[in-house]
Amino acid sequence: MVVFTYDKTIEGLLTAVFYAYEWKTFPDKLIGEDEPHPMFTTEHYHIVTDSARSARVWNGLVKKLPKKACNMLMHLWLSEEDGTDMLFFRYIRKVFDSPGDVYMDFTDPDILDAKQIAKKVSCEARYLIQFVRFQKASDGTFFAPVSPRYNVLPLILYYFKDRFADQKWMLYDTKRGYGYYYDMKNIVEITLTDQDFMEGGRLDEKFLAEDEKTFQQMWRSYFKALTIKERLNPKVQRQNMPRRFWKYLTEMQEE
Amino acid sequence: MNDNTLEKLTILAESAKYDVSCSSSGTSRKNRAGMTGSAEGWGICHSFTEDGRCVSLLKIMMTNSCIYDCAYCINRRSNDIRRATFTEKELVELTIEFYRRNYIEGLFLSSGVIRDPDYTMEKMVRIIKDLRTIHRYNGYIHMKSIPGASRELVNEAGLYADRLSVNIEIPREENLKLLAPEKDHTSVFMPMKYIHQGVLASKENHKKFRHAPRFVPAGQSTQMIIGATSESDKDILSLSSALYKRESMRRVYYSGYIPVNSYDNRLPVIDRAPLVRENRLYQADWLMRFYGFNANEIVDDSYPNLDLEIDPKLAWALRHPEVFPVDLNKADHRLILRVPGIGVKSARLIVTSRRYGRITAPILKKMGVVMKKAQYFITCGELPYLTVNELNPEAVRNLLLQNNRKKAPQNQLSMIFPE
Repeated sequence: MVVFTYDKTIEGLLTAVFYAYEWKTFPDKLIGEDEPHPMFTTEHYHIVTDSARSARVWNGLVKKLPKKACNMLMHLWLSEEDGTDMLFFRYIRKVFDSPGDVYMDFTDPDILDAKQIAKKVSCEARYLIQFVRFQKASDGTFFAPVSPRYNVLPLILYYFKDRFADQKWMLYDTKRGYGYYYDMKNIVEITLTDQDFMEGGRLDEKFLAEDEKTFQQMWRSYFKALTIKERLNPKVQRQNMPRRFWKYLTEMQEE
Repeated sequence: MNDNTLEKLTILAESAKYDVSCSSSGTSRKNRAGMTGSAEGWGICHSFTEDGRCVSLLKIMMTNSCIYDCAYCINRRSNDIRRATFTEKELVELTIEFYRRNYIEGLFLSSGVIRDPDYTMEKMVRIIKDLRTIHRYNGYIHMKSIPGASRELVNEAGLYADRLSVNIEIPREENLKLLAPEKDHTSVFMPMKYIHQGVLASKENHKKFRHAPRFVPAGQSTQMIIGATSESDKDILSLSSALYKRESMRRVYYSGYIPVNSYDNRLPVIDRAPLVRENRLYQADWLMRFYGFNANEIVDDSYPNLDLEIDPKLAWALRHPEVFPVDLNKADHRLILRVPGIGVKSARLIVTSRRYGRITAPILKKMGVVMKKAQYFITCGELPYLTVNELNPEAVRNLLLQNNRKKAPQNQLSMIFPE
């Protein structure tokens, strides 16, 4: 079995593609640098990430694939699920090795799998756009902790920047320990040393802006008043708004 | 913002909640410098209430006082309920503050009629105009156009709102007259026509001037109450299909009748809202909009009502076994769309993928085709399935219904005798 080790970044993976073609040796398994080698390893190569080589591979992909398919590949990468790197690798090989367009051939299991995983990632991004709830902090920043299943924050920044262009906001992924802050001009990536003040998905009360609690209260009352009692259907509610988001939702909190 | 506002918010939300429409799709608008918000064409639901309905817009009434006495409406003047009226300032502040917290996509402003239609409409137009021009709000606005409002006011509203709607409520005029003696169909269809003409005029202008103002970019919608009067599904669907002929009509909503005024004996006595029928009507509506069905294919004189046990697409397929089985490797996209169990997306996947290789059953399953249904209506080379022609429509129907009924208690032992 041929094994490649790399640093688990997208540049590393694209570099691996480059060397695989250069050496004409294709891996059966891709593993991280500190992972143990699988049994029956016959050949082992270590990939040193190289930005120039990874860029060449990516540019090659951009030339061969329409923008939509490149986006799809980015989504696939951000899923961070086990084995997606190998799927990614096989996908790229298929694109380079076939003379025609393969990206529409959904009879190929890899192409269909890639599409479906990417779809899940974009659904998660959509969920986030729906269910982020900002809380106004005393310094006027609108703050929202999140913990999405996939690493989708980079995918939705454009949306928040466009929509909330005239307010300072911060989105923080508590699961992955990083977030983004927008100061009405630029978005910067940030890492907080202390996450305790947003325990349980809600901002600590002492940091809230003065009128924040009033608006939260109003939203909760509005939400409650909107329910039609004759049509209760909690199953559909859960289907459309999965439980894992509830702790962030202002309207689902107890008074 | 104080307790008084909070109380008004609750009262006016209660009054507005029976309006079904809550979509925010149809307009894509980037943020503009110095303004708040944007609009996304795909429509975003921000929350879901316990009844499973989405909350996309701040659906609220300007006032719930009303001069009319419509039997089906909770806000009718003879009802003894709490009445409230929002000031413009309160409405604007609520909209913008909710918007900034990502609670909502925008505002859905509706109202009871005070004094006369034009007076009410003028006040509403004033609010959305100020919201756009003074408060620089750039998010989505859906406004209810009051039946009987004049052309000038509809035209002005169209400049600020993304979508306007006028509710038909009751599909047949004689029934409307019975339940809402002060209303008639003309008062509903006239504003609809004004909106449509406004949309057409603005499209013409756009061809000449790139920056011509946009007029209700998300078109118009309407709503009908289902089950309060005697209309058949055929009446309802043929009206919808006629409405969809106008391109400005984007959505027709169906609202299962909820007995809000059960004391009124002009209304039927029912113990629960006709939710299944409502669901079937939406399915039929989708068939007309996305699957290329005509209203008279779904319901006709011999079948004036939709089958409540099976969906309208399956019902059509069972009435037309001569069309099946469809060969997925060869058939037209149009025909593939008509196969029960295959949706818009899987139909497109099938058509694009079959250029590369043969479509087989396991691939279909992976693409998301509901094989449990589709198996009786397709062939794809190797499939050995029994189709609707080898069995017969009645048998297929029973087979498919069995799956749903499995949980029902069996009160008789079934015995199978070997032959």
